[in-house]
Amino acid sequence: MVVCTGCSLLCEDIELVLKDGTISQAKNLCRKGHAHFQALFIERTRPMIDGREVSLDQAISKAAEILKSAKSPLFYGWSNSTLEAQAAGIDLARRLGATIDDTSSFCQGILMELVLTGKVPTCTLDDVRNFADTSVFWGADPSNSHPRHLSRFAYYPRGEKRQKSYEEERICIAVDVRKSATARLCSNYYFRVPPGQDAEFIESILAVLDGKIPRFGDKKRMIELGTVLRKTEYGVIFPGLGMVYSLQEKMDLLVRLVAKLNEITTFMVLPMVDHYNMRGFNQLLLDETGFINRVSFQGGTTVHGPEQSVMAAAKSCDAALVIGSDPLSALPFGTARALAKTSLIAIDPRRSLTTDAAKVVIPSAMYGLEAGGTSLRLDGVKIEFEPFFKSELLSDEQILAKIKEAI
Amino acid sequence: MVSAMEIYQLLPREACKECGYTSCMALAVALLNREKKLEDCPSLLNPKYLEKFKKLKELLAPLEKASETGLIIHPEKCFGCGNCVVACPVNVAAEPTRCAVGLGPQGDRVILAVEDGVVKCMNIKECKRFGPNRVLCNACTVTCPSQAIEFV
Repeated sequence: MVVCTGCSLLCEDIELVLKDGTISQAKNLCRKGHAHFQALFIERTRPMIDGREVSLDQAISKAAEILKSAKSPLFYGWSNSTLEAQAAGIDLARRLGATIDDTSSFCQGILMELVLTGKVPTCTLDDVRNFADTSVFWGADPSNSHPRHLSRFAYYPRGEKRQKSYEEERICIAVDVRKSATARLCSNYYFRVPPGQDAEFIESILAVLDGKIPRFGDKKRMIELGTVLRKTEYGVIFPGLGMVYSLQEKMDLLVRLVAKLNEITTFMVLPMVDHYNMRGFNQLLLDETGFINRVSFQGGTTVHGPEQSVMAAAKSCDAALVIGSDPLSALPFGTARALAKTSLIAIDPRRSLTTDAAKVVIPSAMYGLEAGGTSLRLDGVKIEFEPFFKSELLSDEQILAKIKEAI
Repeated sequence: MVSAMEIYQLLPREACKECGYTSCMALAVALLNREKKLEDCPSLLNPKYLEKFKKLKELLAPLEKASETGLIIHPEKCFGCGNCVVACPVNVAAEPTRCAVGLGPQGDRVILAVEDGVVKCMNIKECKRFGPNRVLCNACTVTCPSQAIEFV
């Protein structure tokens, strides 16, 4: 059995057959996971300095040299690394007085902070499968982002108290700007919200739950939604990026909604984290510093704030270590350009725009197939995995240990 | 998917009964169930119906890909989400400790399984839609988010 690291569900029931150095058969692996593992065999990185191929040791000592001489280095990425590598990264950042941030900074960070600090109640995906009768996908389309979410946990499986599952005992609600693939499965329970109007939608639900007439949306449909939520025995809200980007600073509305729902019945929140170990990094950093991301260790103190985010730090740093991420493709153009101009060190198993622009490229082993470790699933459950086959490539934590040693 | 009415409207509707059925509607249903072929209708071979014959050929072409139960899988549309694997009542009965609780199947008694990122159909005789006394179960099609599975 192999653990798939294609998304944060970390499916553990994957069976692979290796033949002639390639994966000839993959059972139970969804399309996303299959593409993730197949990509192992194409466009792998090689150790490079300034576009010139070098030995691994040379690349590591060059990276160490850059980081040692840097005054304000930035460490970014981390969501596609194991807990062991993340712990090594935080330790290295502390020693170097670096700024450390991960992809949650411009992703689910605001919501994840609420979940990890206990401001909104949360549960595990096994609880969802065993007890949940209402799943609300809000600004999320798991059919595309987490293909096996509905079949493994949220809607279709039979659970301890949900033996009749989707046929009689479960309801799936989709709140989205368009009729997504998931919304198609929700039949009558699809609610369309125009972009950026999730706050008004929440206020409407709150009004309905208080017995008032909603101001936003179709009144009849909103009252129908309120009735469904009231009748729920164990509900779970799965907020996606759509909701987080729409609410931004108004996240207290979600807290209010969940508190209100919990006065009536039981409702939990589970953010739809995309990268397989984003939650792991947030949890580790929270345990160590009290903040989930955007932390600077400069001058021996721990500082947290918007200036420590990758957006701001990319413009002020003089060296950047990017691990398991492609910020040059994902981040806004200004930030990407600023990052590309610094002394960039990229640690990645595969070629990307970031590795193309990087001064130093260090190839790493792919987790799940070539390297093992521990990760936190999107609900915070620890999943351990072993490498599927042996590889000469070093894992992220081994590379970081070598860099630390060289420094 | 094509319906019997669509096929009927393209048939000659002369009620010649030469195909062995009492009406063209009965022949349309037989064509849909792949019990008869277009060539079994002698009137349709008349040159004046050439246009309709071509259209019918085109209309019935996807049915050739269908399994004995009438199942058609479009692998290019499939996400490999496994909703059908978990929802299928035959799969659930075959592997109550795996398929029923959302895990992928391990044995070979299941009808549907995800392989290489797309759904695959096997053991077709176990399907509730197989044989003359079939039950029109649609658990796999209604749970598909991308309409990658359909029945004739």
